[in-house]
Amino acid sequence: MNMISAQRQRLVVVGNGMAGMRTVENLLRLAPHRYDITVFGAEPHPNYDRIALSSVLAGEKSLDEIVINSRAWYAENDIRLISGDPVVSLDRATQTVTSAAGITLPYDRLLIATGSNPLAPPIPGLGLPGTCAFRDIADVETMIAAARTGRRVVVIGGGLLGLEAAWGLKRQGMSVALVHLMPTLLERQLDATAGTLLQRDLDRRGIAFFTNGQTEQILGTERAEGLRLADGREIPADLVVVAIGIRPNIGLARDAGLEVNRGIVVDDGLRTEDPHIHAVGECVEHRGQVFGLVAPIWEQAKVCAARLAGDESATYVTPPLSTRLKITGVDVFSAGALAAADEADEEITFQDVARGVYRKLVLRDGKMAGVVMYGDVADGGWYFQMLREGTNVAPMRDTLILGRAVAMAAAGAAAPDPAAAVAALPDTAEICGCNGVCKGTITSAITEHELTTLEAVRARTKASASCGSCSGQVEALLAHTLGSDYAEPTGEKAMCKCTSHGHDHVRREILAQTLKSIPAVMQALGWTRPEGCASCRPALNYYLLCAWPGEYQDDARSRFVNERMHANIQKDGTYSVVPRMWGGLTSAKELRAIAEVAERYDIPTVKVTGGQRIDLLGVKREQLPHVWRDLNAAGMVSGHAYGKSLRTVKTCVGSEWCRFGTQDSTAMGVALEKMTWGSWHPHKVKLAVSGCPRNCAEATIKDFGVIAVDSGWELHVGGNGGIHLRGTELLCKVATPEDVLEYCGAFLQLYREEARYLERTAPWIERVGIAHARARVVEDPEGRRALYARFLHAQSFAQKDPWAERAAGTDAGAFSTLVPAE
Amino acid sequence: MDGSIMRTAGWTEVCRLDDIPRQGARVVATPKHGQVAIFRTLDDTAFALEDRCPHKGGPLSQGIVHGHAVTCPLHSWVIDLGSGEAAAPDKGCARRIPVRVEDGIVLLASGAQP
Ligand code: SRM
Ligand SMILES: Cc1cc2nc3c(=O)[nH]c(=O)nc-3n(C[C@H](O)[C@H](O)[C@H](O)COP(=O)(O)OP(=O)(O)OC[C@H]3O[C@@H](n4cnc5c(N)ncnc54)[C@H](O)[C@@H]3O)c2cc1C
Ligand code: SF4
Ligand code: FES
Repeated sequence: MNMISAQRQRLVVVGNGMAGMRTVENLLRLAPHRYDITVFGAEPHPNYDRIALSSVLAGEKSLDEIVINSRAWYAENDIRLISGDPVVSLDRATQTVTSAAGITLPYDRLLIATGSNPLAPPIPGLGLPGTCAFRDIADVETMIAAARTGRRVVVIGGGLLGLEAAWGLKRQGMSVALVHLMPTLLERQLDATAGTLLQRDLDRRGIAFFTNGQTEQILGTERAEGLRLADGREIPADLVVVAIGIRPNIGLARDAGLEVNRGIVVDDGLRTEDPHIHAVGECVEHRGQVFGLVAPIWEQAKVCAARLAGDESATYVTPPLSTRLKITGVDVFSAGALAAADEADEEITFQDVARGVYRKLVLRDGKMAGVVMYGDVADGGWYFQMLREGTNVAPMRDTLILGRAVAMAAAGAAAPDPAAAVAALPDTAEICGCNGVCKGTITSAITEHELTTLEAVRARTKASASCGSCSGQVEALLAHTLGSDYAEPTGEKAMCKCTSHGHDHVRREILAQTLKSIPAVMQALGWTRPEGCASCRPALNYYLLCAWPGEYQDDARSRFVNERMHANIQKDGTYSVVPRMWGGLTSAKELRAIAEVAERYDIPTVKVTGGQRIDLLGVKREQLPHVWRDLNAAGMVSGHAYGKSLRTVKTCVGSEWCRFGTQDSTAMGVALEKMTWGSWHPHKVKLAVSGCPRNCAEATIKDFGVIAVDSGWELHVGGNGGIHLRGTELLCKVATPEDVLEYCGAFLQLYREEARYLERTAPWIERVGIAHARARVVEDPEGRRALYARFLHAQSFAQKDPWAERAAGTDAGAFSTLVPAE
Repeated sequence: MDGSIMRTAGWTEVCRLDDIPRQGARVVATPKHGQVAIFRTLDDTAFALEDRCPHKGGPLSQGIVHGHAVTCPLHSWVIDLGSGEAAAPDKGCARRIPVRVEDGIVLLASGAQP
């Protein structure tokens, strides 16, 4: 080792991105000891999967999950990583580079892989706070932060990046407008028909389009407040995302006197005019072409690594390219020509309006020259393979447009089912276009390394590791190779037997696809039982109620009996009635009314509950509206002892009476109950306020507990009694009663928006961690106020006494019994 | 419409189908069968079962209706509305009462049906 390292050459890589690091990975495989490697990266992160930023924005992946080379990887391979420090100058005479922080290093070989920069058009206002591009982690963080506090976003650009940004932000819960200069979307990847279909589908998912829209100005002085189009239309926005294209990042090379055009000019060996300097990725220009997709870049990385390893014969040729759009449920595929170039070319189209499927093939000299697919892209790989290989398709000309199954059957071969289709592919067939992985590589990795999961195949071969659209095919290969040893992947646990989707996924889709009724959710997400069951329906009812306050029509038929009847059913079919006693306070008038009701309706049991109020047990169904009317008359309302909702706010006597009391805990409790009563939650929610740390109200086993101290109020969250007793964790300390209300509303809203149905705050906090609650409620004041505002907004619709409504006649049939005369 | 007249011998008018919410039920007190739950499913079919769960007597009328089944409100047994049978693994059967709908009127068997 040491002997060899003495002769090592110095390789410096500028750009810690996908192209540069892929080249280094290949190089380590070909010639592990040839170079001492140093990598400069402008971003403060190790190399990550830029493609997957779309998935991060859409909430499908976390930042940790998209790291390609961890810092440990650099260390293991003896690579020096200098991150967060861009190279600012290159001196070819001395063969050195210098970074912004002043580090100067000599090189024997230099690899420039600086990628590209987002195009920034000269629009007045661009660069204000509240504007960003969509290129790196910092941009995604800006967008996610903006989605927390803002409501509206405008995305400029209807290409792949702009659409994925719009979709991700939609899934973050923002209302999204998209401005596009051209009349149809993705005009470089799709023809007008497919572009129009795409726009229609995204429009249905709630994205508002402004096509033929020329941005004139970003409005706002301190920060972006909206957009003005050239035709005078104005679109208000809290965030403006510009995604109109990219420009190769060539500054360093140009300043060093290397030949540049649109990109850094390289030869077939990815070498610049300086024999010591190579360049790969989006920063280069090869035979007049520049790049924006990874498939050709992986090819460049292969050739460049071979050259650096000493193989002078390695030659780069740009492969044919295909594109897909990474928007869940919107399937787009295109490759080659979008339309006939001249009369010799043939176009074949197919459209199934009902299914939203469109397909166009361009044929030239009996071969595939282009394919555009919308809606059903399963055969995209097949067409693309024939296009790449120049297959003579003339013999199946008549059935070609109908897809692989039909065309093969017509040609005499058995019609393959989808699984058999992937089995039938030759080993050289490319499965993962992003990473250039063929079938043979995948199947031999599965057998050699005994891989059993998609993740394992991904980690070993990189197949499906980038855009993920070939995941299905990789899984099919796993199933095919392993046979019965293959266990279906287990993702998020399914909500119930009616669906394979988990709670979180369903909640996201409700927002993303603007689904506003239970049947709409079931239809859009492919419920297997059209009416669901007693376990998914109440959950969906809650999710919709939480997502669309004031808009969603509560579905009583999807509520458990207690919530439908506004009373607790007992073992004998009678009900119990618990009126609210604000903060545990009552009065002679209320007690008298309760006593009278108990006598009048012959109520067998009157009991003080563990929640500081009084329970009337054994009330018959028919009596309920009458009991409620009489309690209402004395000023009492429903205590929601029956609901996945706010239950009680327990208090102690506090400073009003107690010799130890530091604050008025009773008044604080009443204020909290006045603010929170009537709210619906994933599970029941209980509050308590104690006047001093002796904690007589047991605040530290409540969902939200408050303990008064001399200097203010301690806020505790995530506790419960029950089978698994859990003490609260301290959220923070605040100074005033107004703060208590604001933090409480914000915390409850976070719980409402993020917890799964029937998950109480205790298991939820255990799952997401108290740090998450602190980050959202304590450390992000703007976010907290937004949560609080959403809570109050929802409350403006929720705070209606259900008893009063029923006493006045609502749902009368639910309480009465029919008595037919014989 | 007068809900108390007899239409056909052996059948008693109970209510209009529209008096029962879709995916819901009403309770009828009958001299013959005691408390009966009449269900109306999403597809507007009517079913009638004795309003007692075969498990511990829970009021089936108060359960959540999905497809042609109801989930009992007390311990979540799932009862088939057509047969009255509990879904496996539970075992038991709620008594069925013949019911039919004519011109939007729900008729319950009042004769000596099984
Ligand atoms: C009435 C009451 C008992 C009493 O007579 O004191 C009661 C009664 C029931 N509790 Fe409770 N709990 C009552 C206070 C409590 C308390 C004490 C408290 O609130 O300070 C606790 C422990 C604190 C807590 O919730 O963390 C408590 C923890 C539970 C649990 C366990 C919760 C958990 O998260 O593990 C259940 C089971 C459940 O909800 O799944 C439960 C479930 C029930 C149910 C709903 C069981 C059921 O499904 O039928 C009982 C309904 C009786 C009824 O029809 O009224 N009850 N229950 C109390 C009503 C309080 C009120 O005014 O609203
Ligand atoms: C949101 C998004 C989605 C995408 N989706 C797809 C997709 O589905 N399919 C597909 O094929 N492609 C996709 N792409 C494109 C793909 O990510 C790029 O083609 C690829 O990342 C280019 O690799 P690169 O190494 O040339 O550039 P980059 O990955 O950008 O790496 C360049 C790195 O160099 C750094 N750098 C720049 N200047 C300096 C300097 N002076 N000193 C030090 N470091 C410097 C930069 O900070 C950057 O980290 C997507 C891109 C984005 C942004
Ligand atoms: S402790 Fe058990 S028995 Fe008592 S009220 Fe609560 S759930 Fe019912
Ligand atoms: S009484 Fe119906 S499930 Fe127990």
